[in-house]
Amino acid sequence: MKADAKGVLTGAHYLDGDHACAEGALAAGCRFFAGYPITPSTEVAERIASRFPLVGGLFVQMEDELASMAAILGASWAGKKSMTVTSGPGFSLMMENIGLGAMTETPCVIVNVQRGGPSTGLPTLPGQQDMMQARWGSHGDYEIIAVVPNSPQECFDLTIEAFNLSEKYRVPVMVMMDECVGHMTERVDIPAASELEVYNRKLYDGPKDQYLPYKVENGNGQVPLMANAGDGYRFHITGLTHDERGYPAMNAEVQQQCVSRLMDKITGNAADICRYEEHRLKGAEVVVVTYGISSRVTMRAIELAQAKGLSVGMFRLITAWPFPEKRIKELAEKVKSLVMVELNMGQMVHELERCVAGRAKVFLSPHAGGWVHDPDDILKLIQEAAK
Amino acid sequence: MRTEIRFSGLGGQGIILSGILSGKAAALFGNKHATMTQSFGPEARGSACSAQLVVSDEKIFYPYVTRPSILVAMSQEAYQKFSPDLAENGILIIDEDLVTVNDTNGQISPLAIPATRFAEGLGNRILANLVMLGFFSAATEAISPDSFKKAIPGSVPERFLDLNMQAFGRGHSYGTESAAERTRQIRLKA
Repeated sequence: MKADAKGVLTGAHYLDGDHACAEGALAAGCRFFAGYPITPSTEVAERIASRFPLVGGLFVQMEDELASMAAILGASWAGKKSMTVTSGPGFSLMMENIGLGAMTETPCVIVNVQRGGPSTGLPTLPGQQDMMQARWGSHGDYEIIAVVPNSPQECFDLTIEAFNLSEKYRVPVMVMMDECVGHMTERVDIPAASELEVYNRKLYDGPKDQYLPYKVENGNGQVPLMANAGDGYRFHITGLTHDERGYPAMNAEVQQQCVSRLMDKITGNAADICRYEEHRLKGAEVVVVTYGISSRVTMRAIELAQAKGLSVGMFRLITAWPFPEKRIKELAEKVKSLVMVELNMGQMVHELERCVAGRAKVFLSPHAGGWVHDPDDILKLIQEAAK
Repeated sequence: MRTEIRFSGLGGQGIILSGILSGKAAALFGNKHATMTQSFGPEARGSACSAQLVVSDEKIFYPYVTRPSILVAMSQEAYQKFSPDLAENGILIIDEDLVTVNDTNGQISPLAIPATRFAEGLGNRILANLVMLGFFSAATEAISPDSFKKAIPGSVPERFLDLNMQAFGRGHSYGTESAAERTRQIRLKA
């Protein structure tokens, strides 16, 4: 369906990534925010706090990030599209309740404007060091979705996408920004509400005494229908392993069904979820795989490499999780080598290596964070990878 | 064509706003791409602070300024810190009451304006950044004054809009009328 015009600030704007993310949330229909301010994500919260009163949203500054995450889960069950925003240290604190969100299949969006870590690390400087934590940070087996914008325009677009995916697949979706993209200001075009597609959760509307909150209807992609609290349906939600009724059923058989479905609903729909951008891949011998701010730095290195006559292209992750495994495997069959450029000491490169599985050479351009790569360093690695 | 510009001064002088207004003017009203990045943290709140702007006819990938062809300096500290990075034949623009140019090889010939003094003449020194933007627009032609005039409304407090437009106009007319003459009056210290 189309977006609610009330939240859509249609027009051309000059916004930083943080503010663009906030506008994306408003356009997507987010009307509940709970968070605790942390650099470099605070501007997202500030803008939401100033805009929410105009659209009937509720902004709550919580006591910490544990509570923030818990609050957005509760608000989601009350029928609101909900979001929180943080950076590394807060992201760590959210992990337990992100698992609760995955287990209870609660639509919500978590924005992480990444800074350098570990611990409090570099509050005002960039990193892309939470990419594996996004996937594996909470205990147990589950799948999540994570998108990685590389411009303020994409901060807007992908925040809407994050809400749509979270509502469609009933899963916490992470918007993995970085300090550079969050604090970079560019033109952001916000279309008319009538041109913005938003997805709202599918609700159960059958007889009140027959609602099974975790029963999967045929044709709904492994995703059960939701009922919002207060709509008159009586049901139970728990982080314990549960059956179709939502009640604890702690045995191996139900665990197998429950966990498998949590994973299958994402991996089985990866083709629908995964987005990526390919640049000059045709005939390329070397492919640089990258994401977020690193993709924009890589573009300069690729221009330098092409000027030297090297056959090099770029594959940009827009969805980091689920990882675009199928496409990477296809590319690995065709190219000499793949180079990962990321602002960490090697995270997504593990996933790349897993998918490439020896079909081509894999190189990593690591960086501890605090600033972006020197394009010349990337160029040198491309030259080595082309040998 | 890619143009790299750095606005610099002290936190509180409206340096970041200068970057935002210039980027907004170029990207929304000048038919260009414009990416603005800024110093963030304690330096943006009191010491040497800067806003970097890349303006281009084409889509901008690498967002950072490495060798600016235009440097605007509104404090001595900012001038000392950032002038070594200015490109050869680059344009240096200074607030002449706040910056003393001590370029030893004589390569840099700044365009100078008493922006803060003019702002005080308009009633408030806080307008110095708008005076400077007007001068910048006249002196460099990187971003047109018409684009600036469209960009300013909505980016400054409504009740001070007229004053900001006046400040911009003051800097712009000074730039068009006497930039060349002013330049000659700067004594380069040997």
